[in-house]
Amino acid sequence: MPSITELANPTRFMSLSGRLLPWIAATALALGAVGFYGAFFTAPADYQQGETIRIMYVHVPAAWLAMSFYVLMTLSALGALVWRHPLAEVAQKAAAPIGAAFALICLITGALWGRPMWGAYWVWDARLTSMLVLLLIYLAIMALWRTIEEPSQAGRAVSILTLVGFVNIPIIKFSVDWWNTLHQPASVFRMSGPTIHPSILWPLLICALAFSLLAVALHLVAMRTEIMRRRIRTLTILAADRADRMPASGIAHGSPAE
Amino acid sequence: MSMLEAALGPHAVFIVGSYVAAIGIIGALAFQVVADNRARKRELAKFDRRREIAGADASRAGAST
Repeated sequence: MPSITELANPTRFMSLSGRLLPWIAATALALGAVGFYGAFFTAPADYQQGETIRIMYVHVPAAWLAMSFYVLMTLSALGALVWRHPLAEVAQKAAAPIGAAFALICLITGALWGRPMWGAYWVWDARLTSMLVLLLIYLAIMALWRTIEEPSQAGRAVSILTLVGFVNIPIIKFSVDWWNTLHQPASVFRMSGPTIHPSILWPLLICALAFSLLAVALHLVAMRTEIMRRRIRTLTILAADRADRMPASGIAHGSPAE
Repeated sequence: MSMLEAALGPHAVFIVGSYVAAIGIIGALAFQVVADNRARKRELAKFDRRREIAGADASRAGAST
């Protein structure tokens, strides 16, 4: 099993990720089919929410992934700033759009669940608001990557912003405990165990695993793209340097002083 | 819609809407990620071709001198 330091080599990462990708994607699709079947055909309707509980099978995994990808970005930011891991910045940049997409899914599906259950698409509840803040942080990070052209400078600025933004993650997680919110408290990750019946919990966990594997597959593809983008940038700079030197030597040879 | 409502209850439109939105966003993300990857692959292949041509030219020039 290769260590983290060995994986720091982008060439090795490209070869390993290339071999793993088809398996991860195929497993994600297979689990997604099983999870959605469970969500629609085996899981019962909730005694209070009725059929609307089926929205949860998309909403909850999206929320978990939006937060998990931010944690991943924070660890990558530490890796980039403290240990200068060559792949840390790449992982960080590739994770932002994926995390943003899941945060958006969480907010949209939450609104579509809220309308029939609460009578409103949106309320300025602590959980909803902190989730919206997470989406805005993701968008700010993506904008910052595009604003600074030099990747290493952009990486440092983004890493600092990512570390500052991490303060929002515990706020999202504990908002339902710290404030009196309309959003229900945690029902899966609790010290005393899940409060959901296994007939609903299992399809939820399978859906969450399928979404996670899909997100990992997309992240690996995006990381491979970023590595290629950086290679192209280096090659372009080298080619431009070579081109700059060539006409200069031509002028020198053909100069009147010769 | 009545068939959906029969299967998923009066809030079927919200349930279906949620899944459509989620699949749409994930589909758009996957499309963008894969398209970007293919574009960079093509660009890198172009550089490699150029380098091969330059290498061949250099070896020809070396052989002629």
